[in-house]
Amino acid sequence: MIEVISYLIFFLIICSFYVLSCLGLNIQYGYTGMFNVGVAGFFAIGAYTSALLTGPRYPDTVVGGFDLPIVVGWVAAIMVSGLAGMLVGLITLRLREDFLAISTFGIAISLQLVANNVDSLTRGPNGLYALPKPFAKVSDNPLIDNLLYLLLCLVLVAMVYLALERIVKSPWGRVLRSIREDEVAASAMGKNVFSFRLQAFVVGCAIMGLSGAMYANFMRFISPQDFMPIFTIQVLVMLVVGGKGNNLGAILGAIMIWTLWSASDSLISVMVTPDFQTQAAALRLITIGVVLVLMLIFRPAGLLPEKNTQS
Amino acid sequence: MIQFLIDGLVNGSIIALGAVGLSITYNVLRFANFAQGEVLAVGAYVSLALVSLMGVGIGRLGPISLGWPLLGSMVFSMLVTCLLVLGVDWVLFRVLRQKQASRITFIIAAFGVSMMVRNVITLIAGGDQLFYSFYIPKAIKIMEGVKILPDDLLILFITLISVISLHVFLNRSTMGKKMRAVAENPALAMVSGINVERVFKWSWILGASLAAVAGTLHAHITQLDPEMGFELILPMFAALVVGGVTSVYGAVLGGLLIGLSESFAVAGGGAAYRGAISFMILILVLVFRPQGILGEKERDD
Amino acid sequence: MSKARIILEVDQLTAGYVSSMMIIEDVSISVREGEIVTILGPNGAGKSTLIRSICGLVKYTEGKVRFRSKEISGLSTHEIINQAIAYVPQTNNVFSRLSVLHNLDLGAIANPDFRKERLNRMFQLFPDLQKYQETKAGKLSGGQRQMLALARALMSNPELLMLDEPSAGLSPLLRRQVFEHVQRIHEDGVTVVMVEQNARAALKVSDRGIVLSEGKLRLEGPADELLEHPSMREIYFGAAPGN
Repeated sequence: MIEVISYLIFFLIICSFYVLSCLGLNIQYGYTGMFNVGVAGFFAIGAYTSALLTGPRYPDTVVGGFDLPIVVGWVAAIMVSGLAGMLVGLITLRLREDFLAISTFGIAISLQLVANNVDSLTRGPNGLYALPKPFAKVSDNPLIDNLLYLLLCLVLVAMVYLALERIVKSPWGRVLRSIREDEVAASAMGKNVFSFRLQAFVVGCAIMGLSGAMYANFMRFISPQDFMPIFTIQVLVMLVVGGKGNNLGAILGAIMIWTLWSASDSLISVMVTPDFQTQAAALRLITIGVVLVLMLIFRPAGLLPEKNTQS
Repeated sequence: MIQFLIDGLVNGSIIALGAVGLSITYNVLRFANFAQGEVLAVGAYVSLALVSLMGVGIGRLGPISLGWPLLGSMVFSMLVTCLLVLGVDWVLFRVLRQKQASRITFIIAAFGVSMMVRNVITLIAGGDQLFYSFYIPKAIKIMEGVKILPDDLLILFITLISVISLHVFLNRSTMGKKMRAVAENPALAMVSGINVERVFKWSWILGASLAAVAGTLHAHITQLDPEMGFELILPMFAALVVGGVTSVYGAVLGGLLIGLSESFAVAGGGAAYRGAISFMILILVLVFRPQGILGEKERDD
Repeated sequence: MSKARIILEVDQLTAGYVSSMMIIEDVSISVREGEIVTILGPNGAGKSTLIRSICGLVKYTEGKVRFRSKEISGLSTHEIINQAIAYVPQTNNVFSRLSVLHNLDLGAIANPDFRKERLNRMFQLFPDLQKYQETKAGKLSGGQRQMLALARALMSNPELLMLDEPSAGLSPLLRRQVFEHVQRIHEDGVTVVMVEQNARAALKVSDRGIVLSEGKLRLEGPADELLEHPSMREIYFGAAPGN
């Protein structure tokens, strides 16, 4: 019983990281129509920022190991990811959707390359370890610690959700949607289209950065393997299934897909022999691809479509 | 130095052939096909399957370390890749066209397809690297400090023939002219009596055929693994952009340039940063000269 | 005057772009071989939608269209065009980045026979096109582009030519030239159906007129009668100025 609860807590914690990233992507893609293929990259930036700031000194890195409080790490992660988003946005957001997709794709790959190769910064494939975890020493029982962490996650998710809901209902949010629908008309109305898109992009990246930091300090160990393109695909499918342009949809999609993913994970490890693990994992990815494509064809708005707020 | 030049041209040729398909899809079907890398991968794997079926190895052509068995398989794999892309178009992209889906939807769909194909390959062929053969060809010395592999010459030759055929097709054949009309203005093409869906099918066929060749050749000089398509997509997009998105010849030129750049990057900094160089060039071009070398300022559509 | 056979028949056509909103309703018209028919009406009356539906660019579920007694409802656009119908859209009606000659070549792609002869005929009708045959279509003046758009359509040797506001955006002089060209095309034996805002100028060269308003057929008859018809002003509050 304890194991079930323990697993459930773990599951929900990881789920909240996905929820946040999905909410971030929703601002970019759902509300503003910008397909950011580099979600994993901004998640990674947040994770590594927090790791380098809050983690211990490693013998083989040049930067990092400042041993700062976790709060600092997370705030920094938000800012650094946001800043990265701004840099990327300044370069790529004037481009049309195809090129934005290609560029963000390239950025994610490049970031992965950096994470893997700049050993002096990231320790390459060896990763950064012994990262501090919030509530680590609060009680003797790791279950209680994790429960507290889960509460923290839920609070943060709720805060982000409420903040985003206020933002999208505001005039700012309306402008975003008008840009998505008809960019020419929006700019004819005097709106600085580029500036709005940049803001939305930065906000989304900042949120992804936060979730990355939360991931790093929870797992206590990160390596480039944690930030593969599969993460971007997962978040994308979550958003498409749940409903783009709808924050509740993003949350729903994240929970649903993560549930299916974890369930299939357990199923595979239990039912499939080690020889066929690779194949089974491939089958799972194929399935998720089919889900994505079917949604695009039959229900492109997602399960919870965007609410039509009359303005 | 010249060694890197030759290596760069050879790799560049392969990227070029793949990028042509990307260019055609982009200009005629009007979306960035993220799944193009996977078409190359399928071409490579099908060639492997056929060669294995024949059981005589990939053959030899004089000093060249591949022969008719592989070449024949390659031609047959073209058929398979064409059927694959036509099938995916029929089931997915055509449906999205009918629903008048947005460009982003097409891109996301392509992304999904690429993931599926990649994993179908893993499912069928496993996740390990595979090789056409383990024979290491002998390099021929052509001058001081420069060696060339006979295979390289064959690859360059095949690429040349492919590009010439492409040129003839686009300029001399009726379908080629129709393709260019659809690329220019699909609505007007339709109204001029052109069967635009048919043109789309031929666009897929053209791109997929060249992709099968590119994939097989790439696998011959490196290896096969399920991620090979994923690794090639960024260089191909970079080639597309550098050469000029609106020009198919730009894709060829871009491919060669990217190949050369990668080669020199490896010479300078090491193999790991090969992937980053394509990306850097891509970004630089997008920022400073978005129309690329041979491209024209794009239509606003 | 013996009655020529009916070449185009539209029967109770109802069409729109979204299923919830029909732009034209229950429209029936017929066009005889060798006629010039102008479709008139204020903005939003559905004139463009009507000919676009005939060409298969707008799908319709109610009504039928017959060309030369053969039903063409539901055929795809290219199949309809290949029946010897040509259509010149109002905008975006040339291949801008291709040369004039290339545009004309593409016009003939639906019907490649006698291409050379027709090309010569086009150069006769539109001497400017011969002069600028290597120029990219996008670089031509507005009037020249319109000529090219017409010529492209004629290169397929159509029996029925449909024009969507051929004089739109042109100066009065060019407008007159366009209508002169329409007459000469007509003399070559082509049936012409055109949508026009410039009612008077169009009716002057037409045999018959059809007036649409708010998606419905309001008036039809011989051109000279329509010109004088009292209801025209009432229906047509968008009458073109200075005709």
